[in-house]
Amino acid sequence: MRHPRDVVITGIGLVTSLGVGNDANWQALRAGVAPVIDLAVTPPFPVHPIAPIDYDQQIPRKGDQRQMEPWQRIGVYAAGLALQDAGVAGNGELLGRTHMVTAAGGGERDIAVDEAIMSGMRQAQNKGAYLNERLANDLRPTLFLAQLSNLLAGNISIVHGVVGSSRTFMGEEPAGFDALRIMAARIRAGQADLGLVGGSYSAHRPDMSIIYAFANGLIKDHYVPVWERAAQGGGMIMGGVGAFLVIEAREHAEARNMRVLASLGAIAVDRGARSPGATADRLSRLWRGVAPAMTNETMGVLSGASGIATATTEEHAFLTTLARERAIAVRATGSRLGHSFEASAPANVALAALALSRDDFLPAFGNDVIETAAATPSHILVTSVGHWRGEGLIMVGKA
Amino acid sequence: MKDHDSQGRPIVVVTGAGMITSLGAGKHENWRQLAAGQSGIKLIERFPTDGLKTRIGGTVDFLLKEAVSSPELSHALAETAADEAIVQAKIGAPGRFPGPLFIAVPPVEVEWPHRETLARELNADGPITYPDLWRNVAGRHGDWHPLFLYGGVAERIADRFGTLGSPISLSTACASGATAIQLGVEAIRRGETDAALTVGTDGSIHPETLVRFSLLSALSTQNDPPEGASRPFSKNRGGFVMAEGAAALVLESLSSARARGATILGVVEGCGERAESFHRTRPNPDGKAMMASMTLALEDAGVTAGDIDYINAHGTSTPENDKMEALACSAVFGDHMASVPISSNKSMIGHTLTAAGAVEAVISLMTIANQTLPPTINYALPDPTISLDVVPNSARAARVRRVMSNSFGFGGQNVALVLAGEPV
Repeated sequence: MRHPRDVVITGIGLVTSLGVGNDANWQALRAGVAPVIDLAVTPPFPVHPIAPIDYDQQIPRKGDQRQMEPWQRIGVYAAGLALQDAGVAGNGELLGRTHMVTAAGGGERDIAVDEAIMSGMRQAQNKGAYLNERLANDLRPTLFLAQLSNLLAGNISIVHGVVGSSRTFMGEEPAGFDALRIMAARIRAGQADLGLVGGSYSAHRPDMSIIYAFANGLIKDHYVPVWERAAQGGGMIMGGVGAFLVIEAREHAEARNMRVLASLGAIAVDRGARSPGATADRLSRLWRGVAPAMTNETMGVLSGASGIATATTEEHAFLTTLARERAIAVRATGSRLGHSFEASAPANVALAALALSRDDFLPAFGNDVIETAAATPSHILVTSVGHWRGEGLIMVGKA
Repeated sequence: MKDHDSQGRPIVVVTGAGMITSLGAGKHENWRQLAAGQSGIKLIERFPTDGLKTRIGGTVDFLLKEAVSSPELSHALAETAADEAIVQAKIGAPGRFPGPLFIAVPPVEVEWPHRETLARELNADGPITYPDLWRNVAGRHGDWHPLFLYGGVAERIADRFGTLGSPISLSTACASGATAIQLGVEAIRRGETDAALTVGTDGSIHPETLVRFSLLSALSTQNDPPEGASRPFSKNRGGFVMAEGAAALVLESLSSARARGATILGVVEGCGERAESFHRTRPNPDGKAMMASMTLALEDAGVTAGDIDYINAHGTSTPENDKMEALACSAVFGDHMASVPISSNKSMIGHTLTAAGAVEAVISLMTIANQTLPPTINYALPDPTISLDVVPNSARAARVRRVMSNSFGFGGQNVALVLAGEPV
C-alpha cells in the first residue's frame, strides 16, 4: 500500500434557498440575510424552498430537464457548478476518470395522482383492480426515472459526462458523510485520483412530509433557529439544497495546476441506538479521531443539527463539552438553510471550504451561547448527526 | 501461497455465502434447483393483479406469513442470507460481526396499503389531499418513520449482526449487488478492515413497481406459463421478470481467513466499473462502457480473457440487454468467446434487481464449487444474431476455475466481477 495521500477540495457547487452558486450563498450567509421561509407549500410545515434557478445554465437540453424532477435538477445543476469550479467541466479526459459518489434519497411522487387514487379508492368495489387501473393509466412513464435513487448520478453522467464510476449511497444524513468518507478513502489509498461527491434535496416534498410527520419530526407554523427548537419539542424545517464537491489527491491537483480551496481531513463516523447520552458519547469518541493538533486559535464548527430534540440536544451537549477543551465558534447552518438530509454534510463541507479559502467565517445564526464566539479559523469541524441514526464528524483544513 | 496479489494488495476471499430466492432458502437448495433447470417464476398471489399486463414474478412468499411492505420483506430476505453466510464463515461472535456492512437495498417509500390506511383514518367523504393526511397523522404510526427511511433496512441489519461503523446503503440500480461486493473488496484492499459483510436484497414486488417497469416496456407479458417467460438470449425474449431475493457474502483478507483457519469458498479477484452518459435506460449502442467494465475487471484481477472459463451473464431477457451484452462479450473475449459458455440465472429466478449482482456472485461460486454450469432455460428459439454458447436448457459439467459475473443497470451502471476458486 502506498503512503496515504492528501485529499483536497478543488471544486464547490452550492445552491440553497439563499441563492444560486458559491458567491451568492457566501455573501447571503456572511451578511446575515434572514432565512427564506415558505409557509404555503406544505402547511403547517414551513420549508426553505430552493432559490429560483435558471437550469439552462447547467442543463442546456430541455429534454434532459423534462426527464428530471426537482431533486435531480437541483443536484445536476450543483454538480455542474462544482465541475466548472474545479476546471473539470468539459474536459473529457478528466471526466472519464472522475469517480462519483452521490448521496440520494428518492424522487418526487405525482402528488395529484396519489390524491386522486386515495380519494377514489374509498368507493371502489374492487380496490386492487382500481389501484392497478389508475396506476397504469395515470402514472407518467418517465416519472420512474425521476424517482430512482441512482438516477441523480445517472443524470450527472448524461448531462456532464462524468463516467469514471458511479455509485449512489442512500440513507438520509449518513449517506452524505459516508459518500465523502468512502470517496476520500479511495483517493487517499490510490484507488482513485479524482472524485465528485454530493447530494441534493428538494424541500417541497409532500410525500416526505408524511414520513417525518409520522415521528412528529417537523416544526409547525413558525421559524426558530435550530438550537432553540428542543425546548419546544424539537423539529426540522426541510431545506432545498444542492451541494457537490470535487475532491482529489493533492498531487493530482498540483500536477494539473489547479488551485486548492481546502484540504479534506479526517472523517470519523459511527451509529447505534439513541439511548440517553449515547449520541453525545459517540460524538466525543469520534472527536478524538478527527481532532487536529492542539492550537490556540478558535476552531470553527459548522453543525448540521436538524432540530430533532434528542439528536440536537445531545450534539449541543457534546459541543458544550468540547468548548471547555478548546475555543470553538459554532454555526448551525440549519438555522439558515434548513435540513437537507443526504445533502447536509456535503453542503457544510462546501461552506467550510468556502470559509477557509476566503480566510473568513460566518456570523452567528442565533442567540445560543455556543454560537457567540467570532473566529477566522484554520480548521473547521463539520458535524452531521442524523435525525434518526448516524453520527459523522469531518475535519476541513486550509489548503 | 502469498497473501497479496500482483499489485501488492491484500487478496480478498469469500468465507461465507448465503442466498434466498423464489426457488427457496439457502444456497444448497437454490443450487439443487438451478442445476435441475427449475424455474421459480409463478403467478403473483400477494395482491390482486387484475388489469395488469404482467401478472407473474419470482416472489418470495414462504418467508413471511403476511403480505408486508417492501422494506420489511427486503429486511427479512437480507437477514436470512446474511445469517447463512455468517454461520458458514464462523466469524466473530453471535451479533458481533468484525467488519462493516455494505448493503444494496431497493428504493423505499410509503406504500399503497399504508396510504389507504391513512386515507381511511381521515373518515372524510371529500377529496383527500396530502395536507389532510399529515395533519391527521400527528405522530401516530411512529414506527412507519424508520420503516420508510432509506437507511432503515441497513440499520436494522447492522443492529442484528453487530457490524462495525456506519453501514452503507447503496444503489447502482440492477448492478447494486455487485457494487456492494466491490465496496467491500476495496475496503479490505485499503487495509481498513479484515472482513466485510456484503448484501444485496430486494423484496419490492408490489403493484406500483410492476406498473412502473411495465410503463417502460421492460417486463415480459408472457404470463402463461409463468415459468416460460424469462428467455434470455432467445429470439422471442420479451422483457425481464421481476423477482425477489437476497444474497450475502462474508469477505475477508486471505491472511485473516487463513490465520483463523476458515474454509475459503473462493476469491474475488477483480472488480470493474464504468458509468456511461448515453441514455437513462438504454446502453450506448457502441457497448463501450459494458466492455470497459469487463476489461477493467480482468485488469483488476490481473488475468486475461483467456483465463475466464465461464460468464455468469446479466442476461435479463430484454431485447436490448441481451443483444448488447452478447456484443460486448464478443468484443472483449474475441476468439475466446467461442469456447466460453455464458448462461443466465435469470431464466430461472427472474431478475432480482437490487439483489441480482449478489445472488449471481453466490451462484458463480457454487458453479466453481460444483464444476457444473447452470443452464439458460426456456431456450427454444435461438436468436440468430447471438451466437453464444448459452448452456441451453440443461446444466453441464465443466472445468470452471474462474468466472466473470456481469451486472448492468439503468442510469448507465456497468459492473463486472472476476471470481475464482480457492487460491492455490
